[in-house]
Amino acid sequence: MNKTVNPNELTSDDDYGPLYAARKKVYPQSVSGTFRRIKWGLMAFCLGVYYFLPFVRWNRGLGAPSQAVLIDLPNSRFYFFFIELWPQEVYYFTGLLIVAAVALFLMNSIGGRIWCGYLCPQTVWTDLFYAVERLIEGDRRERMKKDKSSDPMKLERISEIVLKHSIWLLIAWWTGGAWVLYFNDAPTLVKELVTFQAPMIAYIWIGILTATTYVLAGFMREQVCTYMCPWPRIQAALTDEWALNVTYRYDRGEKRTSVKKAIELRALGEQVGDCVDCFQCVAVCPTGIDIRNGPQLECIQCGLCIDACDNVMKKIGRPTRLIGYDNDINIQRRQEGKAPVYRIVRARTVVYSAIIAVVGGIMLYTLATRSLLDVNVLHDRNPIAVKLSDGSIRNAYTVRLLNKSGYDRVVAIDADGPANLTIHVVGVDSVTPDRPMVVIPRDSTSELRLLVTAPAESNPEKSIPVRFHVTDIGLGEVASTTDNFVSP
Amino acid sequence: MTDHHGDIDAVSGKSTTGHEWDGIKELNTPLPRWWVISFYLTIIWAIGYWIVYPAWPLISSHTTGLLGYSTRANLAVELANLEVARGEKMAALAAAPLADIEKDPALLALARAKGRTVFGDNCAPCHGSGASGAKGFPNLNDDDWLWGGTLEQIMQTIQYGARSGHAKTHEGQMLAFGKDGVLKPDEIVTVANYVRSLSGLSTRKEYDAAKGEKIFAENCVACHGDGGKGNQELGAPNLTDKIWLYGSDEATLIETISQGRAGVMPAWDGRLDPATIKAMAVYVHSLGGGK
Repeated sequence: MNKTVNPNELTSDDDYGPLYAARKKVYPQSVSGTFRRIKWGLMAFCLGVYYFLPFVRWNRGLGAPSQAVLIDLPNSRFYFFFIELWPQEVYYFTGLLIVAAVALFLMNSIGGRIWCGYLCPQTVWTDLFYAVERLIEGDRRERMKKDKSSDPMKLERISEIVLKHSIWLLIAWWTGGAWVLYFNDAPTLVKELVTFQAPMIAYIWIGILTATTYVLAGFMREQVCTYMCPWPRIQAALTDEWALNVTYRYDRGEKRTSVKKAIELRALGEQVGDCVDCFQCVAVCPTGIDIRNGPQLECIQCGLCIDACDNVMKKIGRPTRLIGYDNDINIQRRQEGKAPVYRIVRARTVVYSAIIAVVGGIMLYTLATRSLLDVNVLHDRNPIAVKLSDGSIRNAYTVRLLNKSGYDRVVAIDADGPANLTIHVVGVDSVTPDRPMVVIPRDSTSELRLLVTAPAESNPEKSIPVRFHVTDIGLGEVASTTDNFVSP
Repeated sequence: MTDHHGDIDAVSGKSTTGHEWDGIKELNTPLPRWWVISFYLTIIWAIGYWIVYPAWPLISSHTTGLLGYSTRANLAVELANLEVARGEKMAALAAAPLADIEKDPALLALARAKGRTVFGDNCAPCHGSGASGAKGFPNLNDDDWLWGGTLEQIMQTIQYGARSGHAKTHEGQMLAFGKDGVLKPDEIVTVANYVRSLSGLSTRKEYDAAKGEKIFAENCVACHGDGGKGNQELGAPNLTDKIWLYGSDEATLIETISQGRAGVMPAWDGRLDPATIKAMAVYVHSLGGGK
C-alpha cells in the first residue's frame, strides 16, 4: 500500500498474521443500501435462471426433445433454444470457455472482482444461506451471543438450529434437483423423482450437489474464496492500477476519531478524518476483514461495506463514499491533493473486448453458416486397393453421412476424380446406378460402404485425389470431402 | 531366542545376542512388534483364505473352498449374459432372409461388425486380416470366385468348406499332370505358355500355340471349360482373367500343372452357429467382390 513499511518493524502477528490459524467465525450484520439491492436483484436473477430454466419449453417438432436447455448424454446432443450441437461441434464450447474467461478478465480490469462479489455461485448461495440464518437466529449480535452462550440449550434454541439446517438442506436439495433436470426432460424427471422411479444416477447426483451446497454455503463459506479458489490469485496477477476496487479513502478517513471528538476538533478548525471507527464496515463484511487495511486477498468486493459506511456517514452528516469504488492511481493522487482520474478505455480493456468480439463473432458466424449435412470418408487401410478380374482397380471407403436437420433426407453420392470412375454403395440398388441414392433419417448418422472402381485402361497413377459430394436431392444442399484413390 | 538381557554392550547400552567373534559381540535388535504381529495376522488370514477359496492342488483336482468361487464358472456366466444381451439382435439376423440383410442398414451394420470380429478370429490366419489373401489363399475383396460369389454360394463355402472332408463340401482338384505322368515335361511347358496366352500374357518365342491348344483341349477343358473360362461347380479357376491364386509366371504355372493343386478350406458348420455364419457371408459379400 501507499503506507511505507519498514520490514524490520514487522515482527508481531498483527503485521504478518500467523501462518496457521483457526477460522474465526464470521457473523455478517444485515445492511441496506445500493449494493445490497444490486446483490438481491442479481441473486434473484441468477437463482431464478438456474432453478427454472429446465422447465422452459421449446418446440422442435415431433420426436425431438421439447426442453429449451438440455444436455442429452445418452443421445450425445446439446440443445440450447434454437441451437442443437453434436459432439463433433465441441469447439463451440471451447469458444464459449474462451469468451467466458476473457469476460472475467474484462470485468476484473474494469471493476475488480465483480464476479466474486455479485455473481459467483459460492457468493450467491452463501449470501442466501446467511439470509436464512439471519431470519431464524437474528442479526450479528444475537447470533454471536447465542453461539457464545454456555447455558444448556432450551427447546427454542434447538428448534431454531433444526429449522435453519432444514431450510438449508431444502435449498441444497433443490440446487441438486435443478442440476439433474438439465440432463433429462424436466417435468418427466420431476414426476419420476417424486415417485422414486428415476434412475439411481439422478439420486446420486442430487445427493452429491445437496452435500456440496450444504457444506460449501453453510459451513465453508468465505474459506472457499480465501483458500480453495484460484481466481483471487489469478485476479491479483491480472489487475492494474486503473481497475476499480472497493477502497477505503485514507485521505478522507484518517485520522480516525469518535463522533463527539470530531465535532469538537472541527469546531476548533483542526483537521480530522471522517472515519469514526464505528466498525460497521467490519460488521457487515462476509469475509470478516477490515477494508481500511487496504486491498486484501480475502476481499470479494461485494460492496456491502460501502452501504454500511454510507449509512453511517448520512447519520453523522458527512459526505458518503468514504468507502467506494476507486482505483490505485486515485489513492495516490488523493494523498497528493489532486483530482481523481478514471480511465475505462485503455489498452487492457480494449484488447479484452476485441478478443471477446472476435471469438464471439467467429462463433456466431460459424453457427449461422454451419451445414446441417456433413460427410466423412475413411479409406480402407487393408487392403488399400483391390485388382479385379478384368484388371480394373477398386478402392473401398467407409462413408459417414451426418444429417443434423430435423427431417429425413434423400441424398445422392458422387465421386469427382479421374474419368470413368464408377461408384457403388453396398446394399443399395439405386435406380440411378452411377449415382447411388440413400436415405439419412433426421438427426442421425448413416455409415455406408462405398466402392469406387477405375477401369483398367484408365491406368491411374499411384494416388490421386477424389472429391466426394453428397447432395440433398430435395434441397440442393451439398457436403463435400476429399480422399485419395490408390492403385496397388 | 535365548535371552541375553544380562549381557549389555558397554558402548551402545543394548543387549547382545551372546554371539561373539574375535571379541566383537552381536547386538540384539529384534523385529518391531507391530511387524511381528502383522506377520502372524497374515498367516491367520492365509488359513482363512485356504478354507473359503480354492487353494491346494490335489492329485487330480484341487480344494474348492467354502465359497465355491471359480473364475471359470464366472466367465461362463458372463459369456451367457453376453449371449442374452446380444440375443435379440442376433435373432433378428438369424430370422432375416439372406438377401434382405444388406438392404437393412441396421442388420448390415450388425452383420459387418459381427463378421469382421469372427473373420479376425477364424479366417484371418489364411485369408489375411483385410481378407486380401495370399498365394494359395484367395483374396475375398475381388470379384474372382472359385466356388461362386453370390451370398448363397459364399455361405455354402463357409459352411462346408472346400475339400474339407465334410459330406457336403466342395470337391474337385487340379490333377498332377507331370507327377502322374500324364504329360511330358515339354508338353507341360507348351500348355503353360498357352494358358498364359489366354489372359494376354507374354509367351516363349519357340512355343507352338497350336500344340498348346491341342494339349489344353485334351486335358484341361474338362474342368476349366472351353476357352479356359473356369467352372465354379468344380472350383476350377477362370484362366482368362487377371487374377491368379498361385501366380501367373511360367515357373509357377509349370509347378501347378505338374504337381497339381488342392487347397483346403475347412468347414465351419458346427463350429460357428448358423447366425454367425450368415453374418460372415454378408461380411465377405460386402467386402466388395460379391455378385
